[in-house]
Amino acid sequence: MSPIVTELPKIHYLNAAYGLKSWLLTTDHKRIAILYLITVTLYFFLGGFFALLVRLELMTPASDLLRPETYNRMFTMHGIVMIFFFLIPAIPAIIGNFVIPMMLGARDLAFPRLNLLSWYLFMAGGLFTLYVVVIGGVDTGWTFYVPYSSVYSNSYVVATGLGVFITGFSSILTGLNFVVTTHTMRAPGLTWGRLPLFMWSLYATSLVQILGTPVLAIAVALVGIERIWRVGIFDPSLGGDPILYQHLFWFYSHPAVYIMVLPAFGVVSELVQTFSRKRIFGYKFVAGASIGIAVYGFLVWGHHMFTTRQSVYAGLIFSFLSYFIAVPSGIKVFNWTATLYKGSVSYQTPMLYTFGFIGLFTIGGLTGLFLAAMGLDLHVHDTYFVVAHFHYIMVGGTVMAYLGAIHYYWPKMTGRLYPDAWGRFAALLVFVGFNLTFFPQFLAGYLGMPRRYAAYPEEFHLLNVMSTAGASVLAVGYLVPLIYLLWSLRHAPLAGPNPWGARGLEWQTPSPPPTFNFEKTPIVTDETYEYSLEEEEVV
Amino acid sequence: MSESTNALAHQFDDLEQQARSNTLGMWAFLATEVLFFGGLFTAYVVYRHAFPEAFAVGSKHMDVVAGTVNTAVLIASSLMMALAVQSAQLGLRRPLIMFLLLTMTLGAVFLGIKAWEYHHKYVENLVPGVNFVWEGPLRNQVQMLFLLYFIMTGTHALHMVIGICLLTYLVLGARRGRFSREYFFPVEIIGLYWHFVDLVWIFLFPLLYLIGLHL
Ligand code: HEM
Ligand SMILES: [Cu+2]
Repeated sequence: MSPIVTELPKIHYLNAAYGLKSWLLTTDHKRIAILYLITVTLYFFLGGFFALLVRLELMTPASDLLRPETYNRMFTMHGIVMIFFFLIPAIPAIIGNFVIPMMLGARDLAFPRLNLLSWYLFMAGGLFTLYVVVIGGVDTGWTFYVPYSSVYSNSYVVATGLGVFITGFSSILTGLNFVVTTHTMRAPGLTWGRLPLFMWSLYATSLVQILGTPVLAIAVALVGIERIWRVGIFDPSLGGDPILYQHLFWFYSHPAVYIMVLPAFGVVSELVQTFSRKRIFGYKFVAGASIGIAVYGFLVWGHHMFTTRQSVYAGLIFSFLSYFIAVPSGIKVFNWTATLYKGSVSYQTPMLYTFGFIGLFTIGGLTGLFLAAMGLDLHVHDTYFVVAHFHYIMVGGTVMAYLGAIHYYWPKMTGRLYPDAWGRFAALLVFVGFNLTFFPQFLAGYLGMPRRYAAYPEEFHLLNVMSTAGASVLAVGYLVPLIYLLWSLRHAPLAGPNPWGARGLEWQTPSPPPTFNFEKTPIVTDETYEYSLEEEEVV
Repeated sequence: MSESTNALAHQFDDLEQQARSNTLGMWAFLATEVLFFGGLFTAYVVYRHAFPEAFAVGSKHMDVVAGTVNTAVLIASSLMMALAVQSAQLGLRRPLIMFLLLTMTLGAVFLGIKAWEYHHKYVENLVPGVNFVWEGPLRNQVQMLFLLYFIMTGTHALHMVIGICLLTYLVLGARRGRFSREYFFPVEIIGLYWHFVDLVWIFLFPLLYLIGLHL
């Protein structure tokens, strides 16, 4: 498709300076993205390790491999590591950091030093959490529900809370940086209506990060205060209200699920167009849906609390509003599908992940609607049905999109391709492994298997064995890309600036790009996605 | 002029873009802060609603005079900050330094009075988690009021301390002549922060000191 490339650009961001210091003190958004890539990948495999222990324990009905107390720590640390140290930073801090300035035709983000500070805060929060892992773990669930977390748990709640608190500020600063960058750093001619859809998604995500995360921070801080000084902010025996904690927590954590999934929407919008060589169907709707989700996402948190003493009227309203939030997500799914129609679809690795995303996210979203129905939720709340629901979205959706994005931007990051056959094989493994792991959990949950227990009745044995088997396949599916991507760094053919024939400013600069991205600031005269099938046929 | 070009960071094309970005950044940060304090205000509203009686009794132990004086001090410091920003815009170095120092001094006075109030609460055995003593059935509920009082005013005081550090940074910069009519936005955005922190107090003061006064 593109001309054969025989050499890398002479000077690019990777070889512009050498030595550890040039990395640890860098303000180049692309290098910071690489720092995130390395650390977030480590957390991903750490979280995966905990998940594997959880699944191994659940292979048999009795609690035999791990003691129940240990089991509680395993699923808690799995959740905390995966959510706060993998899913939330993954796409924004790695992919976003790397491509946003290039998509905008800018030299860097608006605040490069703040960007580096975000990474250090992320590391500081992460080290607290690792410290907790080493000294014995935490067992409250990722939700830190009071009064268990503040009074009864005898694990390391305060240190973990501090880790989450600090990492939260990393997330806030990243969001702030992206918002400002989108407003002030666009190249001449790049109007809001011409922005890539990935930018719209990340802009929406950043708004949620700025407005939601501080509420989590204060909620966790209050838990810490209650625990350290033994005073009752939430503790009912001292007059506190534990439900208030849940309100504060979910006021952040429902929007946070959109922090995790909106960037994935952005990735999918890009990939669908590149690999079907067609402009997105309904650009304005897809862009607007991102903003709609970000705003609307703040109004539905109560659907996590149907079983508490939240009033039944509040429950009804939250239930009703939760139905509505499915509309913008639905718009996106339909528009991606419509984009494929009559497109010239090619089945390269990133596109396989995109297909995986669209299918699995749809299942996750639809089961979310089941859960939003108050009557049904009373039945399946805190069962494996909920576990399956959010894994379909977070793993089937976000992790798939993340892997798609890594494969898509790998040539830009490193200047090299990767073996596409291996890529497609791994994508298939991930898809099969994923469904084998999580589909049985819908059944087990619907039949009444509760989450967060180390032991379960005999009748759920088969479903759990299937799930553990699937998790093993999934683990292999995640390891394979790690291997061939590392291999490709030295041995794979060179990619050239635009191996996919994609549109967008980031593909107009060499791979790997120079430190300041562009020789001279590009001037945008067209909208981003001028794909035309006729032109393809001529080539 | 040469100073102004030095002030331009590499990622920007011109100072105007840089100033716009920094100002927007500060506003976005303040939005975060609003929600941060918002969580605390929510907790306050919930518990005042739940325990009206205890909050009324407890409020009687707040030092209204100290609170009022502190409110006046902070409003005056905001005025000084506004004058500092104006001096910066006009490129007047000496007045800029003077007004910044006045702002800091008033901030420090506020913190001093606050510390004195905290000390009093300690002497009266009203510090939850340290030495809280209260006889009667309302103990836990009154403790909640004082807990919120300390957390809210403490968080506010922490912001004041950070503000004073930022002002110190401005004074040092101003003494080296870093600011000019073209390049004054650091003064402006730190001013925004300072006004915001004052504004938080304007909400804290009636909620914690005044509402219970006549109940
Ligand atoms: C779009 C991305 C979404 C993600 C990442 C996501 C993630 C999650 C997570 C993590 C939980 C479990 C929280 C816990 O208890 O630990 C959850 C529960 C829930 N989700 Fe979603 N969700 C998404 C979309 C939706 C949608 C669109 C709806 C409904 C319209 C929905 C409805 C629910 C409900 C009602 C629960 C609570 C179930 C219960 O605990 O009984 N979700 N989701
Ligand atoms: Cu939710």
